[in-house]
Amino acid sequence: MERTVLHRRHVESGARFGPFAGYEMPIQYQGVLAEHRAVRERAGMFDVSHMGEVRVRGPRALSLLQGLTPNDVGALAPGRAQYSALLTERGTFIDDLLVYCLDPEDYLLVVNAASRERDVELIEAAAAQAGNGVRVDDLSAETALIAVQGPEAAGIVAEVVGSEAVDLRYYSFLQQESHGRLVSRTGYTGEDGFEIYTPNESAEDLWLELLDRGRDRGLAPAGLGARDTLRLEAGMMLCGQDIDEETTPIEAGLSWIVKWKKGDFTGREALVHQRRTGCRHRLLGFEALGRGIARHGHRLTVSDRPGCAGPVTSGAFAPTLGRAIGIARVDCGESGVPESGSAASVEVRGREIPCRIVKLPFYRRPKASGG
Amino acid sequence: MIPDDRLYTEQHEWLKLEDGEAVLGITDFAQQELGDVVFVDMPAPGQAFGAGFEIGAIESVKAVAEIYTPVAGTVEATNSQLEDAPELVNEDPYGEGWLVRLRLDGEAPDGLMTAAEYEALLAAG
Repeated sequence: MERTVLHRRHVESGARFGPFAGYEMPIQYQGVLAEHRAVRERAGMFDVSHMGEVRVRGPRALSLLQGLTPNDVGALAPGRAQYSALLTERGTFIDDLLVYCLDPEDYLLVVNAASRERDVELIEAAAAQAGNGVRVDDLSAETALIAVQGPEAAGIVAEVVGSEAVDLRYYSFLQQESHGRLVSRTGYTGEDGFEIYTPNESAEDLWLELLDRGRDRGLAPAGLGARDTLRLEAGMMLCGQDIDEETTPIEAGLSWIVKWKKGDFTGREALVHQRRTGCRHRLLGFEALGRGIARHGHRLTVSDRPGCAGPVTSGAFAPTLGRAIGIARVDCGESGVPESGSAASVEVRGREIPCRIVKLPFYRRPKASGG
Repeated sequence: MIPDDRLYTEQHEWLKLEDGEAVLGITDFAQQELGDVVFVDMPAPGQAFGAGFEIGAIESVKAVAEIYTPVAGTVEATNSQLEDAPELVNEDPYGEGWLVRLRLDGEAPDGLMTAAEYEALLAAG
């Protein structure tokens, strides 16, 4: 089992660890509820150094990435990032990822730890085909990633990395060459926040400085437990769980990452076909009306729609909402997608828990300054 | 501190026996392992169970743990405070966070641990 460079710091902070994608990761420190609340109300800090970073550069980097991902990399100005994916020929998810445009011939891809090796192989194979116009470097082993999220995040990050961070728009980033650092206004919690990519050597200092400067503003270290409930409330998909090789972006409600007019990319033909003919399966949000928590693997059934049912892909108690929520992969048959508000149920320990189909996200942060 | 006025199971539950009744709860170790409890699924009063049966479940944010009864009995009462304050299971697992009170059906079985034995089990990891 691998550890991140911040492991010692987590032990110091009293973390409880658990396995995640081959890493021994902090799952919680003081408790999932308190950490979740810290992020929604003040700020939380996550070590997500297990994520993979792959740099793709060269004169042919852009055309290679255009062919590999469904979003329009050509529309990215330097200093901007976009959410995208690596798809199979069937248009289904191998991985979801972020593409950072460092300059028009230089990109950073941030991928999930579990599929990193496969992603790199795929990108390298495409690069080999492209000839010597593309260079691919897997920087994952030498790069740490710290996410600071929550309404107080901007103030804290500004104190540590400089006030220019506050001026970043959502999905923008800046590079601090002297530190080898990339500061990005992105996240996986539904709050305003930042993700800071930094070389391993400086990760501990950065972590400690953020913790120190953030203390007065209520910054708390937060683990993967809270990260999961936060992202689920925000309606964000977890790759390998909600979206996988059996799910297309259309089925996942992520059609917006597919740019139909940009030219060919892997999976395009299948997606064009699915867009025309419609899809049976949909990832739908639901909330429990009764007591009980639907979890991964339970089965959601939509009422009065014979055959309209499917497995829960994510399910948890939503601390901000005070009730259980989830995402299910529903086979809608020929009858179309059930509207939000539709009655449904989940069987938990032999008992039917009444539910309601709801539109994602479950939680939207109150509009405030910044972000 | 593990209270020595009751018995313990390998499922990290405690059982306090008095006057033909048994009060059941989970141990401090169990609540720590579970994390923040958000919901407790309890049996209805009047339901009868054999020893070793699953009688309910404790849902935390991150996991679910079944509640087993180590003794045969009929549910007399459940801790209604947990409906609105499930966090009592975390805050006071040996006291206010008790789960179920059962009327014993026969004798309590052998094989339950004393506090010292349970402590040794925890120490052995």
